[in-house]
Amino acid sequence: MISGYEILETVKMVKDEHFDVRTITMGISLLDCIRQDAKQTATAVYDKICKRAENIVKVGEDLSSEYGVPIVNKRVSVTPASLITANFPGQEKLIAKALDDAAKKVGIDFLGGYSALVHKGMTPWEESFIKSIPEVLATTDKLCSSVNVGSTRSGLNMDAVALCGKIIKEAAELTKDRGGFGCAKFVAFCNAVEDNPFMAGAFHGIGEGDCVINVGVSGPGVVSHALKSAPDANMTEIAEIVKKTAFKITRVGQLIATQAAKRLNASFGIVDLSLAPTPVVGDSVGHILEEMGLSNVGTHGTTACLALLNDAVKKGGTMASSHVGGLSGAFIPVSEDVGMIDAAAGGFLTLSKLEAMTAVCSVGIDMVAVPGDTSWETIAALIADEAAIGMVNNKTTAVRVIPVPGKTVGDSVSFGGLLGEAPIMATSKGDASRFIHRGGRIPAPIHGNKN
Amino acid sequence: MKAIVTVIGKDKPGIIAKISAFLAERSVNIEDISQTVLQNNFTMIMLVNLEGSTAKITDLAPEAHALGKEIGVEIYMQNEEVFNAMHKI
Repeated sequence: MISGYEILETVKMVKDEHFDVRTITMGISLLDCIRQDAKQTATAVYDKICKRAENIVKVGEDLSSEYGVPIVNKRVSVTPASLITANFPGQEKLIAKALDDAAKKVGIDFLGGYSALVHKGMTPWEESFIKSIPEVLATTDKLCSSVNVGSTRSGLNMDAVALCGKIIKEAAELTKDRGGFGCAKFVAFCNAVEDNPFMAGAFHGIGEGDCVINVGVSGPGVVSHALKSAPDANMTEIAEIVKKTAFKITRVGQLIATQAAKRLNASFGIVDLSLAPTPVVGDSVGHILEEMGLSNVGTHGTTACLALLNDAVKKGGTMASSHVGGLSGAFIPVSEDVGMIDAAAGGFLTLSKLEAMTAVCSVGIDMVAVPGDTSWETIAALIADEAAIGMVNNKTTAVRVIPVPGKTVGDSVSFGGLLGEAPIMATSKGDASRFIHRGGRIPAPIHGNKN
Repeated sequence: MKAIVTVIGKDKPGIIAKISAFLAERSVNIEDISQTVLQNNFTMIMLVNLEGSTAKITDLAPEAHALGKEIGVEIYMQNEEVFNAMHKI
């Protein structure tokens, strides 16, 4: 039998340290739902999701109760919807409504995959699809959207980058009564992954099977607590503590993922080895970095500490799961992490520092609020910088930024729930319009050509 | 299926009696039991077997938690697998 100490350690992770499985995400292929017209396709999409995901909420609740580990979200990701709407540009909203209705019917928290992959080129129907995103974000409740604008193999599609800048501004304007909330459901990616269980960027890649379960674990509080018990540890010892903790929490993710796949008659896909914070005190990635010895996140040394954390999480988690994937690493969303919120509000964390941190974290500029009068060109340039970091470093990067209408530096915006509260952060005073208006493609880096 | 019941709280008379009665009423067999003071908390850990019970752990776990609230301690009932997954390689 397991020792009393070990049992108590596990119990306390949930009871006191906010350990949870952040999401069970069912990936569903919609490729077999394509019909002659939009209406028939919408019906097929709705029916398939309702059938495949019928029991996901019940199974999630049962597993949570049986294993005593909270499962915070139950989600669905689907084939990038731009592939499903290719036959009928201009009527994308019918599919969006079917997806949103299906999500509500099965009772999930979010549905991801209102997405387009245009990292090299953009077809006319994909352009039509991307232009539909702002209105879809404003008129649906559960739907999340993403666009992949670049990759290490293909370079950056700067026309798509520019279009993303425009649609982010439009989505903010259409949801200005909710602080630009529509933008919180959209992410622009470089090197997007096909099996990501996390929102807003989840979609079910075309290389995936028909129905797959991907699980995202969490547990910044557990890591933070483990580090607190070793205040004098050197950085080698800190890396070991993070690895061991990541191993333990990932093992639970693996157990939940295999059980969920079995009970939902789906394949087990991956476990995403993530440290995903929430706005609750004691569940912050920022506080882990501060526990390593920084007075505030964002000060000098932050990038180095984050690099260690991200790497140690992956090393510890890899042996704990038979298949690792998704975004795997430490997330640094500003509004969803109380340590990051405080650092941004206190002026310690700037957008420039955040950009440097994204070179070594799992994703990118995430849940950052900027002034409402930020131009679309500036947002596009921010996406271009972030995508360039991903492209050159062969990693996933993303931008989820909210130009909050009517607000400026010194204000803050609240989205509630897991999305939290964000202080408005200053963008550069300079102007990148000429660069953004050029369009075209930034060629792939030389090391992208590996054959 | 086997489960671990963890009781954490302030020691007082009758805790074991009430939990044992709760389990017996539901035909859940106690296979092992230990109690100690761990990290300044009274802690009781039971290994129980649900094979002979018609009740499901998804019903028993919230009921046990509610019983804990009634008697002023925290009671968790979890499938044993979660501890094996985390602590055994």
